[in-house]
Amino acid sequence: MKTIKDLLTEHKFFHEMTPEMLEFIAGCGKNMHFNPGEFIGKQGDPADFLYVIREGNIALQLVQPTQGSLTIRSLRGGEIAGFSWIIPPYRLQFDLRAVEHSSVVALDGTCLRKKCEEDYKLGYYLMKQSATVMTQRLVDTRIQLLDIYGARV
Amino acid sequence: MAQESDHAEVNRQSLQRDIWLPLLYTVKEKKTENRGIVTLTLAPSAEEAIEPMEPGQFNMLYAFGIGEIPISISSLWNLQSTLVHTIQDVGAVSKAFCDLSTGDQVGVRGPYGTRWPLNKAKNKDVIILAGGVGMVPLRPLIERILNDRSRYGKLNVLFGARSPENIIFHQDIISWQADPTLNFQITVDHAYSNWRGHVGVVTYLIEEANFDPENTIAFICGPEIMMRYAVHACLDANVPTDHIFLSIERNMKCATGFCGHCQYGPFFVCKDGAVFSYPQVKIYLNIAEL
Ligand SMILES: Cc1cc2nc3c(=O)[nH]c(=O)nc-3n(C[C@H](O)[C@H](O)[C@H](O)COP(=O)(O)OP(=O)(O)OC[C@H]3O[C@@H](n4cnc5c(N)ncnc54)[C@H](O)[C@@H]3O)c2cc1C
Ligand code: FES
Repeated sequence: MKTIKDLLTEHKFFHEMTPEMLEFIAGCGKNMHFNPGEFIGKQGDPADFLYVIREGNIALQLVQPTQGSLTIRSLRGGEIAGFSWIIPPYRLQFDLRAVEHSSVVALDGTCLRKKCEEDYKLGYYLMKQSATVMTQRLVDTRIQLLDIYGARV
Repeated sequence: MAQESDHAEVNRQSLQRDIWLPLLYTVKEKKTENRGIVTLTLAPSAEEAIEPMEPGQFNMLYAFGIGEIPISISSLWNLQSTLVHTIQDVGAVSKAFCDLSTGDQVGVRGPYGTRWPLNKAKNKDVIILAGGVGMVPLRPLIERILNDRSRYGKLNVLFGARSPENIIFHQDIISWQADPTLNFQITVDHAYSNWRGHVGVVTYLIEEANFDPENTIAFICGPEIMMRYAVHACLDANVPTDHIFLSIERNMKCATGFCGHCQYGPFFVCKDGAVFSYPQVKIYLNIAEL
């Protein structure tokens, strides 16, 4: 059976991480599985975990009171969910809900933060990777705001 | 073959006629794609028909008493002299076409414009990136490739729409999704429940595509903002600049390179386009005034 370290090594978010760092954080992780429709976390909940998505489809959703849940981004295997673990006040900004059966490695946020304080190189790596992905998501959101299909064709 | 002789006959007749003169066509079939978008199948009302079309080309469609608009060929599956056009209601003339019923008549002149350079895609991997109704001029291209599949490498069709309600060509999508020779990916900008597919911008689908960048040709069509991002996504994925082709749209009047209405930098879109290579239009793509 693959260990948490093996699973993290396979994931692109950790590709440049040294084996020592992976070993160091693997103890913060556990395997989790979610069924279709299951909530992984709700907006405003404490951001207890960084979810390293192995497979499946997880929706980032906002609730529109009269219209239900609006999905603004779907996250697949190879992606990451739950960045709020690294940013105070450590609360989820969106609902996270499994669309398909999804398997993740959930890294405990408190445990990770403690390790980052102990090892600034690790902290810098996680912050740098998180900033890269968050920036890409911000750009994507801006493109969505432009409503690029609205103008016509 | 019956279809070929049909073509030859149509060809002979059209060579003798005035390209400016609209021919009378009758609406044989009308299909509602979604709210505000219809697909019309038009058949010549008399013997005479326009020349056979190629993927990427367009016709000028005339709604009598209302006006004339450029509309791309939307399918070439049926090689007879019928024409398939998909039209989105955005203003007076396009609305008139969306309001037509079977049996109504329209004027058609064409075909005009450049084609998607399919010959350049021979033995190459292909990325087809469509945004919204930009799928219309790309569908005949997909049909051509699927019809002669062994000539091409890996085929990726990446389709972005605003929401699930804005998706067109559902039947084609079902067959593309089931086709093992084609990697079809679709994404919407946002969706309420019941949508189990991707949600996110079309450019992120590039990550789901299988291709060897150096040996890849990309064909892109959609609103211009979307095409700018799509071109950059291809370039970031190391697709060579001159392997990227896009279809540009400008309002048109004559469609024959005389009136200047469709000027785009040094080009007339009606005659030099609408399909251009990216290096041709690179510097104009970011000029808001053009
Ligand atoms: C080569 C070519 C191929 C085309 N193929 C298709 C097609 O297959 N299906 C289809 O539905 N449409 C297509 N179009 C666009 C179509 O020609 C226009 O939507 C149409 O001319 C609008 O005319 P209208 O009188 O209905 O609206 P108008 O009153 O002229 O315009 C209504 C609104 O739409 C905007 N608009 C008009 N034309 C365009 C355009 N080309 N791009 C962006 N905004 C525009 C106007 O600025 C205005 O805000 C194509 C255009 C070109 C140049
Ligand atoms: S429409 Fe007249 S020159 Fe192009």
